[in-house]
Amino acid sequence: MTGTLLSITGLTKAYPGVVANDSVSFDIGESEVHALLGENGAGKSTLVKMIYGLVKPDSGTMTWRGEAYAPPEPRIARATGVAMVFQHFSLFEALNVAENVALGMENPPPMRDLARRIREVSETYGLPLDPYRTVGDLSAGERQRVEIIRCLLQDPKLLIMDEPTSVLTPQEVEILFKTLRKLKSEGTSILYISHKLEEIRALCDQATILRLGKNVGTCIPAETTARQMAEMMVGDTLQTPTRTASDGGEVVLDVTGLSVASSNPFGTTLKNIHFRVRAGEILGLGGVAGNGQDELLAALSGEAKTTSDTIKVKGKPVGRLGPNERRKLGILAAPEERLGHAAAPDMSLTENALLTGAIRKKLLSNGFVNWGGAEDFAKDVIKKFDVRTPGASTAARALSGGNLQKFVIGREVLQAPEVLVVNQPTWGVDAAAAAAIRQSLLDLAAGGAAVVCISQDLDELMEISDRFGALNEGRLSDIRPAAGLTIDEIGLMMGGAHGMEVAHVGEEEGAEA
Amino acid sequence: MIYLEKRPQPSRSLSLLTPVYAVIITMIAGGLLFAALGKNPVEAIRTIFWDPLFGQYAFYYRPQLLVKGGPLVLIAIGLSLGFRAGIWNIGAEGQYIFGAICGAGVALALYPMDAFFIFPLMILAGALGGWAWAMIPAVLKVKFGTNEILVSLMLVYVADQLLAKMSLGLMKNPEGFGFPGSRNLQEYPSAHNAELIAGTGMHWGVVFAFIAVIFAYVLLNKHILGFNIRLTGEAPRAASFSGVKPSRLILFCLGMSGALAGLAGMFEVSGPSGQVNIDFAAGYGFTAIIVAFLGRLHPVGILLAGLLMALTYIGGDIAESQLGLPSAAIQVFQGMLLFFLLALDLLTNFRVRFKSGAAA
Repeated sequence: MTGTLLSITGLTKAYPGVVANDSVSFDIGESEVHALLGENGAGKSTLVKMIYGLVKPDSGTMTWRGEAYAPPEPRIARATGVAMVFQHFSLFEALNVAENVALGMENPPPMRDLARRIREVSETYGLPLDPYRTVGDLSAGERQRVEIIRCLLQDPKLLIMDEPTSVLTPQEVEILFKTLRKLKSEGTSILYISHKLEEIRALCDQATILRLGKNVGTCIPAETTARQMAEMMVGDTLQTPTRTASDGGEVVLDVTGLSVASSNPFGTTLKNIHFRVRAGEILGLGGVAGNGQDELLAALSGEAKTTSDTIKVKGKPVGRLGPNERRKLGILAAPEERLGHAAAPDMSLTENALLTGAIRKKLLSNGFVNWGGAEDFAKDVIKKFDVRTPGASTAARALSGGNLQKFVIGREVLQAPEVLVVNQPTWGVDAAAAAAIRQSLLDLAAGGAAVVCISQDLDELMEISDRFGALNEGRLSDIRPAAGLTIDEIGLMMGGAHGMEVAHVGEEEGAEA
Repeated sequence: MIYLEKRPQPSRSLSLLTPVYAVIITMIAGGLLFAALGKNPVEAIRTIFWDPLFGQYAFYYRPQLLVKGGPLVLIAIGLSLGFRAGIWNIGAEGQYIFGAICGAGVALALYPMDAFFIFPLMILAGALGGWAWAMIPAVLKVKFGTNEILVSLMLVYVADQLLAKMSLGLMKNPEGFGFPGSRNLQEYPSAHNAELIAGTGMHWGVVFAFIAVIFAYVLLNKHILGFNIRLTGEAPRAASFSGVKPSRLILFCLGMSGALAGLAGMFEVSGPSGQVNIDFAAGYGFTAIIVAFLGRLHPVGILLAGLLMALTYIGGDIAESQLGLPSAAIQVFQGMLLFFLLALDLLTNFRVRFKSGAAA
């Protein structure tokens, strides 16, 4: 590391209602692999978009090899030597590799020369790729190679990679890491965005950790344990849990050996998940995003079906039942994605009330909709959950995130569920609304319901959970009573130490301490 | 420099007005086309839009409005249900043909029996025929994930061949002196879909079209199935969360549109057309796609759009015979209508801004 390539000072970017980056500063050295680490919503994407010229910072400066650098658009950033591989590929499936690469170039050379150069670069960097293959036939890993080669042809000084391994198989990850190390040895710096701690420890020289838009620390990953980094990501403001596990209630929800392949090719497969929730209890499930949260919610709501006995409610097997049959039995759910999943954006709140309320609120007779009843139900939710909206005929997408979230949670809570499963119930919601939503979950449990709260907000989980577990790569850790859990233990659970491995990792950590 | 700016919400008034704008722009562009062909554009447009309704021979053309509009509306209503849910049946023409073959088949098999139940039986056979033809893409999509657009479209050409085969073989009129085509059902009272009120063009197919409009309106606005159709079209993930089973919806929507197209074919073959013949397919199944979109996939809109398209059909025929316009020009004119409608649809979600500035 001979000097500083890119220096960022006090970069700030605010969007209405949220400060995405708050005075972030750090340096990226020449031929350094620099990790940018943080939970979802920590501001990683906004930061790299500013570096790549897609977003203009509100304040703060960047210098490139000592000279002021403020790219007004990606073209300028590319000309300076910044290249970026996005998490979502922008490739035309019907065109071949070389044609796709040519489309991204300012002045593409003749196709034959380009194909030769693609072949050269792909061989040099150990990324085998035939320039004449149609992109539609390529695997996700091969498509990523197209994007990487597209960047490498520009001979970049700084390569930005946004969660590159989220779509790769372990073998493909190995190949990618070899390539990145080779690039580094040739003097290219890499800004590597991820929340996978082990990868960062294996690959990166430096790490900058963001939390809620702020730079909360830097470290040298090779000399830092995954647990320490997880703690920095999560923050040290964690409240000690106050709730004591109430026992004695009957087991309402019993999940045994739940394994479900994700319907999404980039999703996470659930592997052999066991847990029980008793009446009156809140089970908090933590974990970093993308470790099976969506899939678990789908398996519990009935969107994904499993074998019959895997999921039982009050002893009754429900694994094969669809969402409406489960609603009849009192199993309700509120997915994470508000617009498009929990609610239809262009439909009114009345229509959205019907969306999940049709069965339990008895809004249908012979299939005909009782619109008056649906509207009353919507108004009831609006009133009891303080949803700020002109009325029940407003379209869901016209509501602010927090208000729509209150509506989505309220819609399920007011149907008096036996089991309620929520994913990220207060995601992007202001503090007052979040408190109201949490209180409603606590009240629901106090009334005898079994609540499963999946969340990435550990503060929230510690506040409301009776017992706590964490998802990691589709597996669930042991479930522990939340009271008395230390941040060390939580970090360990989230870091993927599950089942048999707990003792082993515990020893190792103990030896280091 | 002109650029587009996304509207925060789709403009409601524009979504109602764009069909009107599309008609006006089609008139202008069509007028230019006719002028380029050496015809007087004003006269051509007047011949197409005015003469059939208020011209000298309007008494003859006006009933044609219902005769042509009936099948268009009937088919378009069925298509609109699927289109709302993102299920694209492009092969209504094939279902129309197959419904006609099945309906006429019943009549020809029972000829010359005289009984009250023949016509209802034909209606049933027509609907079932169209339904069965549409079930082919539906089942293939549900079982094997094939693309219903391609399968339904290709089945049109299969149906076309079947129609030719029937007109020249099995259903050929034994007393027809070797000419292609079946017996004329207009001359078989038990099977004839006759005009209900003389001089209006009102036949059973038109009645069914009106019933279909009402049925679709009630289904979409009052019934959970219609809600599920709309929900699936607007937010597929929310639909699956709500418990909608996509395969059932595919079977229902394709089946329904097939049955209605089959009905339209059967009413046509037993009424205005009269016989199963090589040239029976007149493109109603394809034009109905335009009608469905021109009517904003809304039942009442489709009713109005169907009548408008019927008008351009009739007016186009007059323009062909009186002004000598080529029929291809008329088809281009009809195609323009959908083209401009789709182009103008952009305006419901975007607004056009003019900005002066240095060229980039």
